[in-house]
Amino acid sequence: MSALLEVEGLTKRFGGLVAVKDISFAVGAGEIVGLIGPNGSGKSTVMKLVMGIEKPNAGSVRIQGADVAGWPTHRIARAGVGLVFQHSRPLHRQTVLENIMLALLPDSLVRLRAGHEVERRAREIAGRVGLERVLDRFPATLPFADLRRMELARAVARDPKVVLVDEPFAGLTAAEVADFSALIRTFREAGHAVLLVDHNVKGVAALVDRIFAMYLGERVAEGSAEEVMRDETVRRVYLGGEIAHATRPAREAAGAAPLLDVQNVSVFYGKAQALEGVSLRINKGEFVSVVGLNGAGKTTLFNAISGLVPYQGSISFAGQTLARRSAATIARQGLVQCPESRELFGEMTVRENLELGGQHQSAQAMAERRDWLYGLFPILRERQGQAARTLSGGEQQMLAIARALMMRPSLLILDEPTLGLAPVILELLSRALETLRNSTDITVLLGEQNVTFALPHADRVYVLEHARIAWEGTPERFAAEAGAGLL
Amino acid sequence: MRTRNIFLSALGVAVLMALLPFLGVGGYVLGLLTSAFYFGVFAMGWDLLFGFAGEVNFGPSFLIGVGAYTAGLLNHYAHWPIVACVPLGALAAVVAGLLLAVPALRLSGPYFGLVTLVAVLLLQNVIVIFAGFTGGEIGLDLPDVLAISSRVNYWYALGLATVVGLALFALSRSAVGLILQASGQDAVEAAALGFNVVRHKLAAFCISALVSGLAGAMLIFYLGTVSTDSVVDIAIGVQVIIAAVLGGRRTILGAAVGAVFLIVAGELLRPVGQLSSFIVSAVALLVILFFPGGLLGRVIVREGA
Ligand SMILES: Nc1ncnc2c1ncn2[C@@H]1O[C@H](COP(=O)(O)OP(=O)(O)OP(=O)(O)O)[C@@H](O)[C@H]1O
Ligand SMILES: [Mg+2]
Repeated sequence: MSALLEVEGLTKRFGGLVAVKDISFAVGAGEIVGLIGPNGSGKSTVMKLVMGIEKPNAGSVRIQGADVAGWPTHRIARAGVGLVFQHSRPLHRQTVLENIMLALLPDSLVRLRAGHEVERRAREIAGRVGLERVLDRFPATLPFADLRRMELARAVARDPKVVLVDEPFAGLTAAEVADFSALIRTFREAGHAVLLVDHNVKGVAALVDRIFAMYLGERVAEGSAEEVMRDETVRRVYLGGEIAHATRPAREAAGAAPLLDVQNVSVFYGKAQALEGVSLRINKGEFVSVVGLNGAGKTTLFNAISGLVPYQGSISFAGQTLARRSAATIARQGLVQCPESRELFGEMTVRENLELGGQHQSAQAMAERRDWLYGLFPILRERQGQAARTLSGGEQQMLAIARALMMRPSLLILDEPTLGLAPVILELLSRALETLRNSTDITVLLGEQNVTFALPHADRVYVLEHARIAWEGTPERFAAEAGAGLL
Repeated sequence: MRTRNIFLSALGVAVLMALLPFLGVGGYVLGLLTSAFYFGVFAMGWDLLFGFAGEVNFGPSFLIGVGAYTAGLLNHYAHWPIVACVPLGALAAVVAGLLLAVPALRLSGPYFGLVTLVAVLLLQNVIVIFAGFTGGEIGLDLPDVLAISSRVNYWYALGLATVVGLALFALSRSAVGLILQASGQDAVEAAALGFNVVRHKLAAFCISALVSGLAGAMLIFYLGTVSTDSVVDIAIGVQVIIAAVLGGRRTILGAAVGAVFLIVAGELLRPVGQLSSFIVSAVALLVILFFPGGLLGRVIVREGA
């Protein structure tokens, strides 16, 4: 018996929905298996079933031979399984070091002292994942990639035999993906069994020994990365084609008054400067992309524009200053942000979330808009009555985008809209943006570190680097002049 | 501030307080502080459960009341000595608490809080219905009292508050405290890290019940009578919660400070009559609105920026 993790006939139903249907696979010691599939195909659910966070309706989960299906999560964790969650869930009131130490504590009510051994090991693990310089900081102040590192550190702290990693690459830059891949390889070298889910197909293919592909809860293909990527069904339901390129001439009405005018804006978080004298200008109908690495300041810029953080400098929209306007007033004027953090109403259904977005419209206008959006993201139609909290990661992202569009914005700000979306959905989103661009006069400001997605949809591009605008120009010139660190 | 410094400062304050009777402080003030210390213990027990394990107990006076009435009835009818009644009262609070919490903690969502709220109302009703036995709303006189001297009563209360405060504070800063916080903030993640979340929360609840029952039982032997108004009424529970939040959530020691503040301020304002509880509530509201960390929040809590 060589497989550390063996799953057989695993099935999970949520009401009428079969999220996971008769899935069987095994992961051996020193093996990395990729689990791919479109959004909502059941990948995270498989991981939760293995971890005991959801209880299977049928099937078995064997860890080193022992059937753990139905066990409570904490016992499965103690049996040697670690899960890196799709979203980071740090303890916000504890430092990075304490967050890692937590993972090393015994499950005991009477061992009151953590002891030096625990701290020493926490430091060692932090060193291994590259967190040694931020040990005394609080999670909220960490750049995104470091948060993911911390999550990884916690999951592997106790040296679990089976490591489940859910979307480790989402939101990371190419260099960070390489870093994380190297880390995950060390698990393989140490003889662990790794199950990896991610939508970064290149990243996954380069790392894994085998791939298992799912669609609508079922197995559709299994084999080497090349085999699975060539598979007809996988191509159709998951990979899709290429991202469409701009099909209209750039619109830059020179001289016209800009729709959005950001002048010399600076933002401070305590002593740290998150934006430094940023100026940008967007004309009506333009599609503008702001690209930059994690932590460059994109989200801060968008939050300043939306009135969510205080800033110095001036921002005006449609000729009027936005100073001293509340975020709600700004949104009602047609400047709508779809935030990176999604901000959905978790207990409300998909449909209710959308209807909230359409509040100020007539019932008929709202219904039309909703149908159009359901056409755009068909899975949302199917999930209409489901609580937003229980949607898969990618489904939540689609809902956040749809809700923003529901508000019929005149300026739409999309902050990292590609986060957690399957390649086919990127293609859908890409086409939707093209449709909007050609058939309406909506203006879009797109923040991305996924440059391959950002460029085709841009009339102009700004590069944000260390809190400043480092470059501005057309997408055609981007590759030659600014692409180096970002492509 | 570092854990050790806070611990030593708190101990220092307690020692200074212990000297008050020698500094000419009169029986009236000591009596006031005595009640305040018992309230402080209630509030600290509540903070352990809410601030750390993340469970809101809307009915702290259920635990207090069970402890108090168990001790009171044993003393009144069976004439058991105080040294037996008080621990039995505390034990009864733990048992009653467990009967409530074991099913309630397995539910997720706001059910735990609702169950605790209903429990208080039930207890109050039972006491009133069986008024012939329990004394009902009028209360039951107790043959024994802790002490006649207001100084001794003061030291008892201060001693209890100090021991409970330091013990709970140390617990909150220990490895178990860290696991509790993790369970409170994100039960799924805590379980995935290998912690039995329900067991940890239950333990926190038992400790909270133990100190509440203990303090409730001692309080009635200070008052010399046990009545719903003094240990069971919803208003008592509300006061406890306000004291804890006012003093600073997740600080343990802040809860005691908040209790002293509430009781002393209420008394100082007694001359203005009805207005006094309005003023105290308004001040509490302002503190909570403008200093959500509470009175001790700045000093004790360490918050991510
Ligand atoms: N508690 C729940 N109740 C109802 N439906 C659920 C629940 N949890 C998940 N689902 C549904 O089950 C399906 C599978 O979800 P899962 O999170 O496993 O998808 P996924 O493959 O991880 O997708 P993604 O790539 O977007 O993260 C989704 O359609 C989701 O809406
Ligand atoms: Mg998922």
